[in-house]
Amino acid sequence: MKKALKRYWPVFVLPTLLAFLIGFVIPFVQGLYLTFCKFVTINKTTFVGLKNYAYAFTDASFLHSFWFTAAFAVLSTVLINVIALAIALALTRNMKGANIHRTVFFMPNLIGGIVLGYIWLILLNCALSLMGKHLIALNATYGFWGLIILTCWQQIGYMMIIYIAGLQSIPSDYLEAAKIDGATAWQTLWKVKIPNLMSSITICLFLSLTNGFKLFDQNLALTGGDPGHASEMLALNIYNTFYARAGQQWKGYGQAKAALFCILVILISMIQLRSTRSKEVQQ
Amino acid sequence: MAKREKTTNTILTVFFTILSLAWVYPMFMILMDSLKKESSITTNTAFQLPSADTFAGAENYVNAVSSKGFLQALGYTVIITVTSVAVILICCSMCAWFITRINDRACKLMYFLFVFSMVVPFQMLMFTLSSIADKLNLNTPFNICIIYLGFGAGLSVFMFCGFVKNIPVEVEEAAMIDGCNPLQTFFKIVLPIMKPTYISVGILETMWIWNDYLLPYLVLDSTKYKTIPILIQYFRGSYGKVEMGPMMACIMLTILPVIIVYLACQKYIIKGVVAGAVKG
Repeated sequence: MKKALKRYWPVFVLPTLLAFLIGFVIPFVQGLYLTFCKFVTINKTTFVGLKNYAYAFTDASFLHSFWFTAAFAVLSTVLINVIALAIALALTRNMKGANIHRTVFFMPNLIGGIVLGYIWLILLNCALSLMGKHLIALNATYGFWGLIILTCWQQIGYMMIIYIAGLQSIPSDYLEAAKIDGATAWQTLWKVKIPNLMSSITICLFLSLTNGFKLFDQNLALTGGDPGHASEMLALNIYNTFYARAGQQWKGYGQAKAALFCILVILISMIQLRSTRSKEVQQ
Repeated sequence: MAKREKTTNTILTVFFTILSLAWVYPMFMILMDSLKKESSITTNTAFQLPSADTFAGAENYVNAVSSKGFLQALGYTVIITVTSVAVILICCSMCAWFITRINDRACKLMYFLFVFSMVVPFQMLMFTLSSIADKLNLNTPFNICIIYLGFGAGLSVFMFCGFVKNIPVEVEEAAMIDGCNPLQTFFKIVLPIMKPTYISVGILETMWIWNDYLLPYLVLDSTKYKTIPILIQYFRGSYGKVEMGPMMACIMLTILPVIIVYLACQKYIIKGVVAGAVKG
């Protein structure tokens, strides 16, 4: 069978492979090379070594956006997962209307980041102006919390779905056994439910953490980085370095920042992969 | 004990009803604003319901639909999403079946690259990818699906591979012995077995491509072709007078079809999301 199949490789693999080369491999390799170059277009490049990276590390706006993003990613990860797990626990209790609630909480996921950002911009600006405060574009703190609220609203439903699936796959014998042994609800949660949910928890933590670091659409639509660059997150900072400023040095800086960003995201993924693996061994 | 449980359940029901209402409020607010007259939509009255004075009926919707931009953007978004998802489903499932069954060194390398591409953020590629797309003339809504196939192949191939690994080889071998060539085996035997994975992958990719902003914005010539996310961002970013009424109507018109589709095939969407998350 293998032999017959191998002869058909141009039909089965070639289309995807060609598209993958165009859409990923070539731009990735070229992008990596360009981090060492000064350029305006791809055809006119001058090799400058590590200068772009050196600049990226001294760029105050980049460092600021790194800390802004890190704070955002950690805080949103904690909030999203705690609330999502709490909702999932409540909704798996045979409550009336649980399905309706589940449907409602998941809904924001289907709306794109740009539209979500716009909706919340209108809502938050109205709330702020009724309270007599500055609008969101004028205060980075409001921008930060606005992004947190928006991201929670969007992603809690998604994580909740994963937690519900995890909770439903816990064998009911475990829960019954705990009940017979006289465990309180609190004990059952910590000693039975959470240990059996570990794989769902790692997935959700990883998803919300990488989503937090990669956030772009919502950031662009809600704050646009205003005021100044104070609410700019990493992805938006890279985008602005590329497209908001002209000149050959900026493009190289942008590409170097993108490479650093890429390394950061890969590192997080590798840590996650390792932690999932080590837990699989234990079971 | 039973009584206590009952009261907690009542409290939870009330609490969650309020929470659910709060959850849909932002969408409800846009709906209400979209029914107001242009002049009465201002920053600090967004929460007010339309009154007899400010109620505009369907006027904003008529304006939004009759403006050329919206219907065009909707059309482009539909074309891009449908072609890209179709291409991704067919090509990636075939590729995944091949690399799982052959599984030699080249296939393993490809698999590794596909998985690697899932992790790389778009910002790393955006500049080079958009210039390559320009060079190859892949910058119209009709052929941008090639770019989506390339950039989105990672997750799809990965999910299909995960499923193919669980299909017993014997079924396919039997088909081959009975005289099917690999193409027939794939389309008559493997494809029907993989139907649930097609649905899951299709839903995940649709959700991504329908809402994607940056890739089409950079790749397409955005003065000529605007998708819905690009159109909305364009409105928001443009200085000067923005017609808020039609704008709100536009948002409602983009959200509504998505919500209707969601309510109709909720079961599949939620299954697809769980499958994607567990594997991703």
